[in-house]
Amino acid sequence: MPIVSDPVIVASGLRKEFGDFVAVDGIDFEVRPGESFGFLGPNGAGKTSTMRMIGCVSQVTSGSLSIFGLDPEHDGREIRSRMGVVPQTDQLDAELTVSENLLIYGRYFDIPRAECRRRTVDLLDFVQLTDRANEQVDPLSGGMKRRLAIARSLINEPDLLLLDEPTTGLDPQARHVLWDRLYRLKQRGVTLVLTTHYMDEAEQLCDRLVVMDQGRIAAEGSPSDLINRYSTREVLELRFAVDENQSEAAKLGGIGERHELLPDRVLIYARNGEDALSEVHRRGVDPVGSLIRRSSLEDVFLRLTGRALID
Amino acid sequence: MSTPTAVRVWENHLLRYRKIWGSHMLGAFVQPVLYLLGMGVGVGALVDRNAGSVVTLDGVSYFAFLAPALLATTAMMSGGQTSLWEVADGFIWSHRYQAMASTPLTPSEIANGLALWHATRIALAVTAVAAVLALFEETRSWGLLLAVPVAVLTGLAFALPISAWSSSRKGGASFPAVIRFILIPMFLFGGAFFPVSQLPAWLQPVAYVTPLWHGIELCRGAVISSVDAGPVGVHIAVLVGYAVAGLVACHISFSRTLRP
Repeated sequence: MPIVSDPVIVASGLRKEFGDFVAVDGIDFEVRPGESFGFLGPNGAGKTSTMRMIGCVSQVTSGSLSIFGLDPEHDGREIRSRMGVVPQTDQLDAELTVSENLLIYGRYFDIPRAECRRRTVDLLDFVQLTDRANEQVDPLSGGMKRRLAIARSLINEPDLLLLDEPTTGLDPQARHVLWDRLYRLKQRGVTLVLTTHYMDEAEQLCDRLVVMDQGRIAAEGSPSDLINRYSTREVLELRFAVDENQSEAAKLGGIGERHELLPDRVLIYARNGEDALSEVHRRGVDPVGSLIRRSSLEDVFLRLTGRALID
Repeated sequence: MSTPTAVRVWENHLLRYRKIWGSHMLGAFVQPVLYLLGMGVGVGALVDRNAGSVVTLDGVSYFAFLAPALLATTAMMSGGQTSLWEVADGFIWSHRYQAMASTPLTPSEIANGLALWHATRIALAVTAVAAVLALFEETRSWGLLLAVPVAVLTGLAFALPISAWSSSRKGGASFPAVIRFILIPMFLFGGAFFPVSQLPAWLQPVAYVTPLWHGIELCRGAVISSVDAGPVGVHIAVLVGYAVAGLVACHISFSRTLRP
C-alpha cells in the first residue's frame, strides 16, 4: 500500500520574469517526500531560476509555490533552515580549511560549535574528505570541492536537498563518486531535487523528472517512462561524408518509425536497429559510420524540442 | 539562547581575518606611525619655529595637532579599503554572501553582520594607533579612550556607504578611483595636516560636508584638552547620519543582489 503523505514542494502556474525576459513561464509540478526529482533541460531553460525560487532566494513573480507546506514569501527563513543547497558555483570559502568551511556554515544555522564539529567528522567521512579536513580549499580538485559543497549543505541535516547541476565540469570518475553519495542520501530518505543537462545523470539519479525548454515543462515522467513515450527502443545513428547528410537521408524514407537529421549525423528511431541497418545497406546507402544504441533521454529531448540537449 | 544573526555573519569574517591579521595590523599601524614621525616630528619642527603657526593650530604644537587626526584618517582608510574588494569578493568572486543567503540569514542580517565586522576591523586599526599615541607625552591622555569609538564611527561613515556602492558593482575596475579621488584627497585636505581654514574659501564647505573633518575635530578635541572640538553634537550627528544612511543603503543593495 502506498504511503500517502503531503508533497514537499507544490508549484502551480509558477512564473519568473526579469524585466521583459520570462525565465520561467508558468510551470506546475509536485515533489513527494523521499523522491529524487530532476529538472532536465539545456542552459537557459529556466532550471536554475526555478531552483532559486524553491531555495527562497528569488522572488516568485506570479503563480504559487509551497515548500514543506510553507510560503517562501513569508516563511523563507524557516524553509531555508530545513533545506540544503548545493549551488552550481560551489560558493566555498577558499581561504578557509575544509572543516572550517563546514563549521562556519553550520554557524549560519546557529548550530553550536561543538555540534558543528561532531557533524563535520561524520560528513567529511561521508564525502570521503576526512584526510583533507585541515587543508585549504583552494587547491582541491573540482570533484572534491563539489563533495565538500554537498557535505556543507548537509550540516543542518536537511529534509530537502537542492542540487544545481551537481556534476557539471567534473571528470567521469568524480561524477560516479558523486552519484554514489547522492544515491546513499536518497536511501536515507532525503528528498533530492536537482537540475542537469546530462541525460545519463538524470537516468542515474531521478525517480521522476520534468523536461524543461524555454521556461516551460515539455514532459514529465520517470526516465524509462519518457523514453517509452517519446522514443523507440533503439536508435540507429548514421554518419555520412560532410554535406551529404541531407541527400543521403532522403534515400532512407520508410525505415524505422522516425528520423532526425542532425548537422553531423542522421538518427533513425526503430524498434530493432539491426533490421533498420540491413535495410539501409539493402538500399545501397553506404554511411561512413553506423552505431546502434538504446534510446536515451537525449532522444526524448530531441523529439520534444527539435534540438539537441548539449549544442 | 540563539546567537544574534549579525554575529553569525561576523564569525565568518573573523575566522578569515585570523589568517591575515598580521599583515593587516602591520599596514594599519605602520602607515600612521610613518606619518607621525615624518610629518609630526620632522615637518613639525619647521612649523613650530614659526610663531604664527602655533596660533593657527589652536595654540598646540604641530605634532599635537596632527597626531589625534591620524586616528580618524586611519579609520577612514581602514573602513574604505575593506569596503571595496573584500565586499565585492563576497558577491562576485567567492559568492560568500550568496552562500549565506541560502541559509536562514536574510540579506539585511548579512549587511548588519558586515557592519559589525567593519566596526571590529576599524577598531583594531584605530586601537593600534591610539597605543602609539599613548607613547608620546603630548598625546598621552584619557581622551584616547573616547577618541577610539569616535574614530570607529568616522570609519563606519565611510565603510557603510562605500559597501552599499561596491556591493552593486560587477567588478573592481572602479575601486582604485575611489581611493585616489575620494579617500586620498580627504586624507590630505580634510583637516588632518593643516586646518581647513587654510583651504581656499570655496573649498572649505566641501570639507564641512564630508565626514572626515567632523571625525578629526572630535578626535583632536578628545585627545588634546586645550583644543575646542566645536559643535560636538553636529559632528556626531553628521557621522551618525552617514553611517545610518550607508547601512540602509546596504540593506537595499544586499536585498536587490541576493533576492532578485
